[in-house]
Amino acid sequence: MVDQFLEDKTTKLNLAEMKSGGFIKQRQKDLFTIRLRVPGGRLLLKKLKKIVEAAEKYGADYVHLSVRQSVEIPYVNIKDIDALRKELEEVGQKIASCGPRVRVPTACSGCEYNPNGLMDVQKWCLAVDEKFFGMPTGHHKFKISFSGCPIDCFRTTEADLGFQGQMEPKWNEETCVGCTLCAKACQEGAIVSNKDGKPIYDASKCIYCADCIRVCPTESWMENKRGWAVRVGGKHGRHPLQSFKVADLVPDSKTFEIIEKTVKWYKENGIGRERIGETIRRLGVEKFKEDVLSNGSKT
Amino acid sequence: MEVKPDNSIDLHGEMCPINFVKTKLALESMESGQVLEVFIDDGDPMRNVPRSIKEEGHQIIDVKKIGEGYRLLIRKA
Repeated sequence: MVDQFLEDKTTKLNLAEMKSGGFIKQRQKDLFTIRLRVPGGRLLLKKLKKIVEAAEKYGADYVHLSVRQSVEIPYVNIKDIDALRKELEEVGQKIASCGPRVRVPTACSGCEYNPNGLMDVQKWCLAVDEKFFGMPTGHHKFKISFSGCPIDCFRTTEADLGFQGQMEPKWNEETCVGCTLCAKACQEGAIVSNKDGKPIYDASKCIYCADCIRVCPTESWMENKRGWAVRVGGKHGRHPLQSFKVADLVPDSKTFEIIEKTVKWYKENGIGRERIGETIRRLGVEKFKEDVLSNGSKT
Repeated sequence: MEVKPDNSIDLHGEMCPINFVKTKLALESMESGQVLEVFIDDGDPMRNVPRSIKEEGHQIIDVKKIGEGYRLLIRKA
C-alpha cells in the first residue's frame, strides 16, 4: 500500500486513508469529530468496547449517536487521528464518510427477530455498504436506507434511495374458517369480511405489510411474493423532500443493479450540488423510471 | 359444536402488551391441548393479541363478537 504522508513539525496524517472523509472539523482549533462506520446501526460488542477505550484515550467523556446510526467521537486532536484510526482498525472498526459520496446505509433492527420484518435489511445493509461505501457522486451526498416493513421506521420516504420490505399475500378459500381475524388485523381496509366471515381482498388498498398472514390461525393467508418497495429522491435538511415510490415488490436480485443505475443516473443528470431529489423533480420521475427501471426492474 | 373452555380470563380495559402477557401467563398454567377463553377489547388489542398468540405457537380456534368486544378461544400448543 502506498502511504501518502503529510508532515510538518507536529502533524502526521495518512491522507490516503482519509479520502472518504468522516472527519468533521469542530469549532475548536485542531479538534475534530470522528464519525464511525456502523452500517445498519448494528455494532459488535468487541468494537463497542474498543470505541470506548479509544474515546477515553483520544476524545471526551462521551460519544454522540448520529441520526444515521453512526457513533461519533468528538474532541479528537488532529495529531491523534491516525493513532485513533489504527487502534479502531485492530477490531475492524472503520471510519465513516462525509461529502459528496454514497454514505453508510442505515437499517432497522432486522427481520431475524423483529416480528414485523419482511426482508433481510441487515444483510443487505452490510452488502451495500461493502460495495458502494464512499463512492463519489460528483454532486452531493447520497443516503441509502432500508426498512424491513411498511411501518418504515428507517424513513425510506426521506432517503435519496430507500428500500422497504413488502409481502404480497394470497388466500386459500378451502382452509379458511371465516374467523374474521384478518379483517381485524388489516389496518388499510384492504380486507373486509363477508357475511360468512371470509375475506374480500382489495389489492388496490394493500400496502403488503403481511399482518393478515401473521394473524391467520389456519395459514389460509400466505406469502405470494416478497420484495422491496423502492423509493428515490427524498432528503431532509433545509429543504426537505418526500421521495417518490418508483417500484413495488422488487426482488433481492435487483438491489445492486438499482443502486448502481441510480447513482450513475444521478452522476450523469445531476447539476452542481443538487441532490438526486432535485434532479428528479427537474427532469420528471417518469424519466428516472424510464432510464433506471425500464428493463424489467419494475413489476 | 361449542368447545368448552378449561379456563377463562377477562381482558377488557387491558392495554397492549399487558393483555398479551396475561394471556401468556394463563396459558402457562394450563396443559397442552386445553382451551383458554379470553374476553378482549376491539381495536389495538384485537389487532395485536391474536397475532402474538400465533407467534407463540398456540391456535385460535374460535372468534366471536360479543357486544363491543370479542371472545377468543385459544388451544394451548
